Amino acid sequence: MKFSKKIFLFYVEGFQSMKLGKRLWLLIVIKLFVLFVIIKCLFFPNFLATHFETDAQRAEHVLQQLTTRK
Amino acid sequence: MIEHSDLLIDWSRAQFALTALYHWLFVPLTLGLTFIVAIMESIYVKTGDEWWKETTKFWMGLLAINFAIGLATGIIMEFEFGTNWSNYSWIVGDIFGAPLAIEGLMAFFMESTFFAIMFFGWEKVSKRMHLTSTWLVAIGSNLSALWILVANGWMQHPVGMHFNPDTARNEMEDFWAVFFNPNAVSKFLHTVSSGYVLASLFVIGVSAWYLLKKREVLFAKRSIIVASSFGLITSFFLLMSGDESAFNVAQKQPMKLAAMEGVYKGENKAGIVAIGLLDPEKVLGDEKDPFIFKLEIPNALSFLGYHSLSAFVPGVHDLVYGNEKHKIMSVIEKMQKGKLAVGALSDYKKYKKENNPQKAKEALAIFEQNQAYMGYGYLKKPEDAVPNVALTFYSFHTMVGLGTWFLVLFIMTLYFSMINEIEKKRWLLRLMLMTLPLGYVAQEAGWIVAEAGRQPWAIQDLLPVGMAASNVSSTSVMITFWLFAVLFTGLLIAEIKIMFTQIKIGPEGEH
Repeated sequence: MKFSKKIFLFYVEGFQSMKLGKRLWLLIVIKLFVLFVIIKCLFFPNFLATHFETDAQRAEHVLQQLTTRK
Repeated sequence: MIEHSDLLIDWSRAQFALTALYHWLFVPLTLGLTFIVAIMESIYVKTGDEWWKETTKFWMGLLAINFAIGLATGIIMEFEFGTNWSNYSWIVGDIFGAPLAIEGLMAFFMESTFFAIMFFGWEKVSKRMHLTSTWLVAIGSNLSALWILVANGWMQHPVGMHFNPDTARNEMEDFWAVFFNPNAVSKFLHTVSSGYVLASLFVIGVSAWYLLKKREVLFAKRSIIVASSFGLITSFFLLMSGDESAFNVAQKQPMKLAAMEGVYKGENKAGIVAIGLLDPEKVLGDEKDPFIFKLEIPNALSFLGYHSLSAFVPGVHDLVYGNEKHKIMSVIEKMQKGKLAVGALSDYKKYKKENNPQKAKEALAIFEQNQAYMGYGYLKKPEDAVPNVALTFYSFHTMVGLGTWFLVLFIMTLYFSMINEIEKKRWLLRLMLMTLPLGYVAQEAGWIVAEAGRQPWAIQDLLPVGMAASNVSSTSVMITFWLFAVLFTGLLIAEIKIMFTQIKIGPEGEH
């Protein structure tokens, strides 16, 4: 318990003492929000995961692509 | 029948190229700068000189900026795999999944743990513990690159797997064959050492700016000594790993080598073009000289590619139309085998559905006999097997030319630093500063050689990019292309702005 508290405080104090780092963290948080919440959800659905329900259907689709696509 | 438009494939490729090229603006500096700060901190721990601690902290601050801006830019490529390259993602199966999963875990645990100690732990852990963390961050970030390059090396030379015709996935049969794939090993060594060279150029470039401004003189001179020593050693390593890479390309991707050197007709005792201008009117199959002019080093290409001064180096013409004398199979023949493989796979699927095991077994046997050429079955004409020669040739020569210049620059900076005259040589300081952006040009050129030079393949000989792409709307790919172009350009501007501000503040400023 003492050890985990020490680690927790290590991070808290580290973040509190940052100067330039605070700006960088803000940038990282904004970027991750844009990447994962906006871009991933709105623009990048996983094609096979959204169009097919099972792995067997996905395999069938890809096999069909491999054997029938011109 | 499903037909993919060339427009969709072009936009999908352009988008991937854009994200990969932007991502690669951030990665190599992290790979190299982590080692440079580890070396500087080692000097601090060894000498106890607080001044080295401040120097380490300054470069660590710039490393943090680069790391923060570059963080997660690579994740977009994984989004693209799922959306634009779903066939490819499915087919590569666990070959790609395993190294990328290890990379994710390794990056997360090593970097989140030791990065925190490196940045927060100066006054909280012992000197040695801090130094160990700094080295572990350097090693960890380089090991992350290892797994990515193992995956990339497999695409360039697929080994250690078996294609399952029932699931349409490649299944890993031999992890060590994938891991020790010669292409992956040489690619890893060449790529990380190029990062070390870039980081060295970064440190000497920024330090040169201080000396030109007559600021932070001692700090800049000491930083230059560390960076130019590191840059010089790693430049030799870069040269050796580049030689090994070229050797592997010659063995496994001879078309790429032919494009890198603009060789159309193969020859014994082939030379390397040191400087050359390709004739844009040259067409495969005509009798025109591919070069308007060239300056050649005799026998060097035979030696580089095959470690023999008189070896035969096949040209694009030999590889496309075949060369009986040198037992080179033509692309036409490979296309026939590829079509047999695709047809047999289709038959296998049909007979399995019809519950005809005998016929399915026969079809499977034909598929397995011709599977190595499967990708050729999707090409429309033999010439489709040729990458963009001009792009590959100029990128390769830009990379090599700049790499040679960097080596010369490191020798000069180290020499003038050792005799303590570096700050008087303002012409050299200007060259050091001007060379910094060229380091990035060389990095991007290297990736263009690796990726454009292997076209048309997503997986060498097995899957062309056209077959790897998803059947999605080209308009949506085009929109996201521009979205990323804006986002990444914004991030790049942010990095440059924050970096410049921090450099202007100097080592005495905030960290």
